[in-house]
Amino acid sequence: MSLLVFLEHHGNELQKGSLGVLAKAATLGDPDVAAVLLGGGVRALASEAGTFGAGKVYVAEDDALEPPLPQARVDVLATVVREGGYGTVLFANSVLAADVAAGLSARLEAGLNWDLVDVALQDGTLVGKRPALQDSVSVDVGWRSEPRLALFRAGAFDAVATGGGEPEIEELSVELEEHSRGARVVEQQLEDTSGPSIEDADVIVAGGRGLGAPESFALAEELARALGGAVGATRAVVDAGWYPYSAQIGQTGKTVSPKLYVALGISGAIQHKVGMQSSNVIVAINKDANAPIFEFSDLGVVGDVHEIVPKLTALLEQRRG
Amino acid sequence: MKIAVCVKHVPEGAARIDPTSKRLDRSGEGGLNHFDANAVEEALRLKADSDAEVVVVSMGPARAADSVRKALAMGADRALLISDEGVAGSDLVGTSAVLAAALEREAADLVLFGQQASDADGAVLWAAVAERLRRPVVSQAMELSLADGSLRVKRQTEFGYDVIEAPLPAVVAVSDAINEPRYPSLKGIMGAKKKPSETLSLADLGLDAAAVGEAGAKTEVLALGSPPPRGDSRTIEGDGNAAQAILDFLAEKRLV
Ligand SMILES: Cc1cc2nc3c(=O)[nH]c(=O)nc-3n(C[C@H](O)[C@H](O)[C@H](O)COP(=O)(O)OP(=O)(O)OC[C@H]3O[C@@H](n4cnc5c(N)ncnc54)[C@H](O)[C@@H]3O)c2cc1C
Ligand SMILES: Nc1ncnc2c1ncn2[C@@H]1O[C@H](COP(=O)(O)O)[C@@H](O)[C@H]1O
Repeated sequence: MSLLVFLEHHGNELQKGSLGVLAKAATLGDPDVAAVLLGGGVRALASEAGTFGAGKVYVAEDDALEPPLPQARVDVLATVVREGGYGTVLFANSVLAADVAAGLSARLEAGLNWDLVDVALQDGTLVGKRPALQDSVSVDVGWRSEPRLALFRAGAFDAVATGGGEPEIEELSVELEEHSRGARVVEQQLEDTSGPSIEDADVIVAGGRGLGAPESFALAEELARALGGAVGATRAVVDAGWYPYSAQIGQTGKTVSPKLYVALGISGAIQHKVGMQSSNVIVAINKDANAPIFEFSDLGVVGDVHEIVPKLTALLEQRRG
Repeated sequence: MKIAVCVKHVPEGAARIDPTSKRLDRSGEGGLNHFDANAVEEALRLKADSDAEVVVVSMGPARAADSVRKALAMGADRALLISDEGVAGSDLVGTSAVLAAALEREAADLVLFGQQASDADGAVLWAAVAERLRRPVVSQAMELSLADGSLRVKRQTEFGYDVIEAPLPAVVAVSDAINEPRYPSLKGIMGAKKKPSETLSLADLGLDAAAVGEAGAKTEVLALGSPPPRGDSRTIEGDGNAAQAILDFLAEKRLV
């Protein structure tokens, strides 16, 4: 079973999620796990991939691979998989990797299992573990043909160095399809990740679209103050401009594990859940009794945030006197 | 200008996997995947600016016609439903092949997708369809505009925001933050029944039944595990005492 891992980088840093998948791949019994690194300046990152278990690293530094767009990457990967005869390709989920994996699936008519949290060899066959239907059931999934494509949930594996040595490096030539040259990144607004971080807060009060309006984030802020905590937000409200990007919790945002997480008007979509599910205690207020967030809350309160939150804040303030 | 919108009919309420077929039980009540209402809304917004024709395209069981009708009631012009015994059990490879074949026929300038199907949470289908159509694709669009034969998208990534341009024809998946979908008006609901709606089989699309559906699936569900233990979680109805109940709970957990 020959394994290939798609590595993602940003600036000159390999992404932890993809290194975690590489480290996992190195435990699956294939002595020559390979990795692919595509983009500007990636050659310099190849030896780090070695320390996470890659025996061989394919690199391509073409200009077309500079912007974080999927289609040119599908072209390169398809060639590597075909020529290298790889039976399994593993991806760590991200905005970019999901589109690369799905494009490759169609290009190679290869089965893709997504949202996997683990993978194992059972009697020599690769089996993926996937929580499904709002994580209400755990499913074992398999592949009927090669290559097998696997997309892992963000944070599925820790990036632990395997102590591997210097990998063999193979430079790839890049030939792109017409449709892969269409999209262009014309502007990138990188968000500053320095400054005080909500990742260290013991208490987080997070707000979602159920707050109804940007002004209502005051409810979350006041409750956070009363609890001595920080404020978080969902992607829906960040993209709507209600709250800053730095407060976003979830797959594309921060991963937090405070002692207390209070979710106000948040539905509990899987991409939000992966960023906060390891919180010690989760309290959710949502007016919809069927909201998925209640499936993983310690205390679920079916009700209106506008009624309950001001009262709760007042009670907390009274208590403190 | 023609805009195609891919919409999915999903089970409503608590979905379950049938233990025998190991497939999602699609026999119960269903409705339009709410993330796809954002894609329909965006098409209607673009239509208002550019006088486009909006075609909804869906693959699913016969009752998916209800969801298609909802999209028509919102204001889409025409519908195409691919419904065939042979598509049941399709995975990404099969679904993308069927939708791409239907979209190939439509030759739309822009194909829109929603952010994810609430039953499968794949959030991947657009990239597979775009690959088959050999068109540029942009996902997670939170802003979309068209000008001079190309599109411009703003989208969020793990590192901030990207602005991406691509020539038409192209495929775009929109995020649920892009707009507030409208509710169908009574007039829209009445009018939807009269709008052109076509149902196609695999044969109509010239597709081989062995390549799609359960027969053509490249992935499979091997086993269903029992749900993870829920711990001692509680739910309370938020009456007048909810705030006090939360405070009591926090005190019990020594969090205040
Ligand atoms: C690739 C990808 C990455 C993503 N990354 C992230 C991420 O990092 N973080 C993230 O959060 N999301 C992410 N998402 C988006 C995610 O799928 C959801 O769309 C998003 O989390 C929904 O945000 P929400 O809960 O605020 O809004 P909604 O889903 O609209 O939920 C609002 C909730 O508020 C409730 N409500 C309404 N009014 C009230 C009221 N008055 N009182 C109480 N409750 C009320 C409603 O019942 C509803 O449950 C990602 C999606 C994709 C595809
Ligand atoms: N059976 C289907 N028919 C038409 N469109 C679909 C179908 N399944 C998914 N889609 C579209 O693909 C998007 C992403 O779905 P998924 O990748 O399955 O989460 C949805 O928001 C829909 O726009």
